Amino acid sequence: MTTNPLLDATGVVKTYGAVVALRNASLSVLPGEVHALMGANGAGKSTLVKILTGAIRADAGHILIRGEARDVRSPADARRAGLLPVYQEPSLIPDLDVASNLRLTGTPVEPFRAWVRELGIPDLDIRDIARDIPLAVLRVLDLARALAVEPDVLLLDEMTAALPANLAEKVLEVVRRQGDSGRSVIFISHRFVEISALCDRATVLRDGETVGVVDIEPGVEERIVEMMLGARIEKTRVTSRQASQAASPGDSRPRLGVANLRVGTKLNDVSFDLANGEVAGVVALEGQGQDELFAALAGSIRPSGGTIEVDGQPVRFAHPADAIRAGIAYVPGDRTEALTMQRSVRENIALPFSAALRNWGPINMRQEGSRVVSAIERLQIDTRAQREVQRLSGGNQQKVTIARWIAAEAQTVLCFDPTRGIDVGTKQEIYKLLRELADQGKSVLFYTSELEEVQRVCDRVIVIFGGRVVDVFPVELADEPALMRAAYGLPRGAKEDVGILADIHSSPVAKP
Amino acid sequence: MTRLVRRQGWVAGLLVLFVVLLVITRLIQPGYGSGDFGSLVRAVLPYAFAVAAQTIVVIAGGIDLSVGAMMALTSVTAASMMDGASEEYALFVVPFVLAMGLVLGAVNGMLIVVTRVPDIVVTLATLFVLQGAALLVLGAPGGAVAEWLRATIIGTVPIPGLPGISAWIPKALVLLVVCLCIIWIPLKRSKLGLSIYAIGSSELAAFRSGVPVARTKIIAYALSGLFGAMGGLALTMSTGIGAPIPGPYLLASVAAVVLGGVALGGGKGGLLGPIVAVFVLRLVRTDLTLLAIDPNVTAIIEGAIMVAVVMFGAFITMRGRQ
Repeated sequence: MTTNPLLDATGVVKTYGAVVALRNASLSVLPGEVHALMGANGAGKSTLVKILTGAIRADAGHILIRGEARDVRSPADARRAGLLPVYQEPSLIPDLDVASNLRLTGTPVEPFRAWVRELGIPDLDIRDIARDIPLAVLRVLDLARALAVEPDVLLLDEMTAALPANLAEKVLEVVRRQGDSGRSVIFISHRFVEISALCDRATVLRDGETVGVVDIEPGVEERIVEMMLGARIEKTRVTSRQASQAASPGDSRPRLGVANLRVGTKLNDVSFDLANGEVAGVVALEGQGQDELFAALAGSIRPSGGTIEVDGQPVRFAHPADAIRAGIAYVPGDRTEALTMQRSVRENIALPFSAALRNWGPINMRQEGSRVVSAIERLQIDTRAQREVQRLSGGNQQKVTIARWIAAEAQTVLCFDPTRGIDVGTKQEIYKLLRELADQGKSVLFYTSELEEVQRVCDRVIVIFGGRVVDVFPVELADEPALMRAAYGLPRGAKEDVGILADIHSSPVAKP
Repeated sequence: MTRLVRRQGWVAGLLVLFVVLLVITRLIQPGYGSGDFGSLVRAVLPYAFAVAAQTIVVIAGGIDLSVGAMMALTSVTAASMMDGASEEYALFVVPFVLAMGLVLGAVNGMLIVVTRVPDIVVTLATLFVLQGAALLVLGAPGGAVAEWLRATIIGTVPIPGLPGISAWIPKALVLLVVCLCIIWIPLKRSKLGLSIYAIGSSELAAFRSGVPVARTKIIAYALSGLFGAMGGLALTMSTGIGAPIPGPYLLASVAAVVLGGVALGGGKGGLLGPIVAVFVLRLVRTDLTLLAIDPNVTAIIEGAIMVAVVMFGAFITMRGRQ
């Protein structure tokens, strides 16, 4: 093609301290194309987007817009350069009405109204306060607001994620026509169905680096998955374990039974059982409803439908204390959510059982002490800095969050990405610990964003996509490529010729 | 219609409350007349400016603890400059003091934006600094004020042919309304005003909408300083001297902001509500004094009223949501 790219970013680098978010990213978008930006969790997509839209600044790299070097320092600069993003979270000001929001960004009202109608919302009152508008509609309004100023490059981050099917269909239709009229769209999505139906080319990121640019054609999704995984696809499964003979035959009643669980718009229909002595893995791309699943099981949000059973008894959690009483402990990925950082290791470990609501009166310090010490010994927590948890290393902090539930003798542990950002050695200890818990007959639900962990720890893997369970793997089959495909909603064992591209015509979302 | 009620219902409720309180005052003290109303407004005047100063910062999602100290400093500056000077000199003093408030407010804002120290800490520090500065300017209450300035808040606005109504329109009220409107109405209609609401409502969303967050915040604090300086001037105008130790303006301003329907989290509310609220709070105090209630009990009752009204408001909002 002879046309010059509308947007051309090369050699983009961004580091946060020692963490490299972008190593060498590039993205080149031609006029009139819909360009997909793809990559696994943590590949650097969102960092690249933030740099392109001026939300953060790159450490190095060149960004050319229409062949000119532009220094995009703020979202306002990006707007002036003709680059408009629609972020995953709505960016209307919640306390202002829609009309004021339009005024704030200098968006013309009539084109906005026209786009809103086009996108399938006929009865919007622009005097409504943004806070009172449902999330799905807000996202559409965000898109309409961007379209109304006719940007040269429209950047859509997971645009269809929270949308019901009818709205998503309209959105995709409008995006496609955007390309036809000579404007460009950068489309970030985890859904191959949408990408194959919509996009002309795709740029694939892996570990902060652009590893390939491909034309979207039938069968390309296998190549994209390969690129996203890189060398890892070749890795032999040395670490593969056999599923343990977990549940004893006589005990067929599951520890935790989840049926048709729904939470808001994020979690649509999830059912599974968790047996005693089992570690069940949960694999999902970001934002597929796993956060809501864990929050509902931990009692911190109330499900909007479905049932949760513990040891065969239906339960309703109104408060995390109810879940804890039922023996369900939650270990969040973000340790600051679980720990009282300024307090000592001992207090942190003792908190769940010493602060139990029914135990009024003074705390039995001797009993507390012995339970805490045994938990610390078991986890080999480095207690040199035990007076303040915030002075421990990340790995030791994570051990404290697990130790407290061992000390509290929780029967079921929900671990949400417990190894995020901790060192390799501690990771190994945590894997071992989770296995030990299972061997003692306890049950563990383990969400991880690092697919290679699955075969080290789990007996079974539940894959969630779009708020639904799309597949359940026995551990023997759960190698990384298989999990990656499943996490992207591709059917198991799909060959190139029966890939998702081949049946786009039967897919409701992709229908033009 | 329902939209109007929902948006302005709180202010309307406060106005009704104010009228009810006026009626109660008449019942307690049948002689309560236009003259007493005039002195109420004069007493409220500095409070009202303090409230305006606090309101604009709270809407922008911050808080300004230095409001009272700002008033003290501007008050003593004005009083000592006018002491022994000619009447015309005051024509220079007034804009000078207003500019001083604007600049000091902007410094507050810049410190918050640049150092990223929480606003509550920065303005607490400014509180001490300004208070010390006020004592340096004038060690004890003193100074003087130009006669024509005093005259602008004493007496009523004569309306030819309607002496009955004009007796109820004190000059101080007109001055207050004019000063607030001159700044607030253009602000409310400008993009700057929207930006102030935007950063208070959601800083991230505002940033993504292309709002210059830092600049807007500095301007909000600068305007707060300007209102503070107006309050200082009003204080000097009504007492005739400058007082280096500020009255209970800071806490009163926060109380009126809350009572006036401005969310302390930012982004919500207007200026009218807090202004009416400060009138309500002062009138309650007047009534309790008229009833010869122990001043200490008065404070307890005022606190109880505040909690009750805010709880009532939250209750109504929750009912409205369902």
